[in-house]
Amino acid sequence: MVQPVIPEDVFRTESGRVLGALMRRFGDLDLAEDAYQDACVAAVETWPRDGVPTNPGAWLTTAARNRALDRLRRDRQRPAREALSLGLHPDRPVEPAGPAADELADLGDGAAVLDDDDQLRLLFLCCHPALAEQAQVALTLRTVGGLTTTEIARAFLVPESTMAQRLVRAKRKIALAGIPFRLPQDTELATRTAAVLQVVYLIFNEGYAATEAAADGPLVRTDLCEEALRLSALLRRLLPSDAEVGGLGALLVLHDARRAARTDSAGRLVPLAEQDRSRWDGGRIREGVALVEQALRTGPVGPYQIEASIAALHAEAPTYQTTDWPQIVVLYGLLEQALPGPMVALNRAVAVAMLEGPQAGLDLVDRIAAAGELAGYHRLPAVRAHLLEDLGRTGEAGAAYDEAARLATSGPERDYLRMRRDRLGPGGLTSGRRSP
Amino acid sequence: MKYMLLIFSNPENWGALGEVETKQVMDEYWTFTQEITQSGEFVSGEALQGPDTATVVRVRDTGRAVSDGPFVESKEVLAGYYVVDCKSLDRALELAAKIPDATMGGGVEVRPVADMGPTS
Repeated sequence: MVQPVIPEDVFRTESGRVLGALMRRFGDLDLAEDAYQDACVAAVETWPRDGVPTNPGAWLTTAARNRALDRLRRDRQRPAREALSLGLHPDRPVEPAGPAADELADLGDGAAVLDDDDQLRLLFLCCHPALAEQAQVALTLRTVGGLTTTEIARAFLVPESTMAQRLVRAKRKIALAGIPFRLPQDTELATRTAAVLQVVYLIFNEGYAATEAAADGPLVRTDLCEEALRLSALLRRLLPSDAEVGGLGALLVLHDARRAARTDSAGRLVPLAEQDRSRWDGGRIREGVALVEQALRTGPVGPYQIEASIAALHAEAPTYQTTDWPQIVVLYGLLEQALPGPMVALNRAVAVAMLEGPQAGLDLVDRIAAAGELAGYHRLPAVRAHLLEDLGRTGEAGAAYDEAARLATSGPERDYLRMRRDRLGPGGLTSGRRSP
Repeated sequence: MKYMLLIFSNPENWGALGEVETKQVMDEYWTFTQEITQSGEFVSGEALQGPDTATVVRVRDTGRAVSDGPFVESKEVLAGYYVVDCKSLDRALELAAKIPDATMGGGVEVRPVADMGPTS
């Protein structure tokens, strides 16, 4: 039955489906966005009076489609705005701005044209590798996420004008370069899906890294985590047979389960080893573990599933010390094969240190440092500092903490590293070892 | 002999033009194209969309890598080209000098088309 109260977030959650339907119909993202805005305005005006339709998405699609047709009719009466080319082809006819008359025929009921695949096409469009990664992220949040430019700008700590320009440029490139609105062919599906997953993971990490946001405006950076979780759930629904989609879903849910314990009451960062595990969300952990198990059954195994498996072992461990380190070392070995790189090697070194002792870990870290690929990255000296501290080499540990604090980019992280350095005491033996 | 005239344009200078001035430059291009068409020297030519619409493809051992952006980032951008068939380099340079962008802070690179033998 109809109700007068507009459900919260309805315009955001319907955005992807409606824009997808409009894109398939009109192939013009700007037009689709403008028409959807118009439809939302119309909804705000009429729903409180007439009641919220049982299928808001269908209502919005129909309304937006009609608004788009109106806009096209108006545009067709104007001369073409863009004079083509530098004048090389004065005789070339200018393309008409809108669809031909027969395309303006009515489409029928909105419900009939709402299609999950359109939303998937929209995601693949926004995450096309011809767009810069930053643009992919912004566009995905704007269209599928239904966030406003203001919200996205605030979440990524850039001026609104910068974000607006980023979006305009991305849409311009889609239109001018002819990036297609379609599902990738089978041969490219895996790499294209990986690009979408990467965007979702970037969005999550941006939110996860933000610990300072709690007291911020209406959209805090940590809301990006919620948005990434929503996108990830959507992808699981749209691509249920892709194991990596499930793997990323599991990874995000497991990270999210530990979110509350990552900072203390003063907003300071608490590392995994020191987190109060009673503050982890048991229900979320079970959900994440179930997701990773399901993904591993689906196969083939990929990096996200391996990372999720590691996260699951951490989440299920009663304490840091009793974590299944042998298994984690094996999994990091697998991850290194699937995704070679110094970051994974560094994580593996931490696990090796837990399994075989700090010296074994330090040997690996020094090898990574010698390769030079992580120069300037604060986690390298931070891990070294921890290991040196565990070995009782306090002076060197202090220097490494200092270096890490100098390189750290986030305030809470820098504070944490300085605190650890101060806890070493004045040149003496460490007073606060990581392990109780 | 065939030459390609690569038009390197400074978008800032184009951006600084008003509507009337822009039309004036467009007209100059139009006139130039007409001239070399009538002289029989025009072979082909196109204007390109801006470098912000460019995409680069590289194929490596790991597969095809697609990325945003032009192959080379620079202040002057490849904005279009003509292929002309004319008597000599001197004539090609003469034609290049008539291309409006040559006078607008950009420049025109003149490159002889390589003769790869009979093509048909």
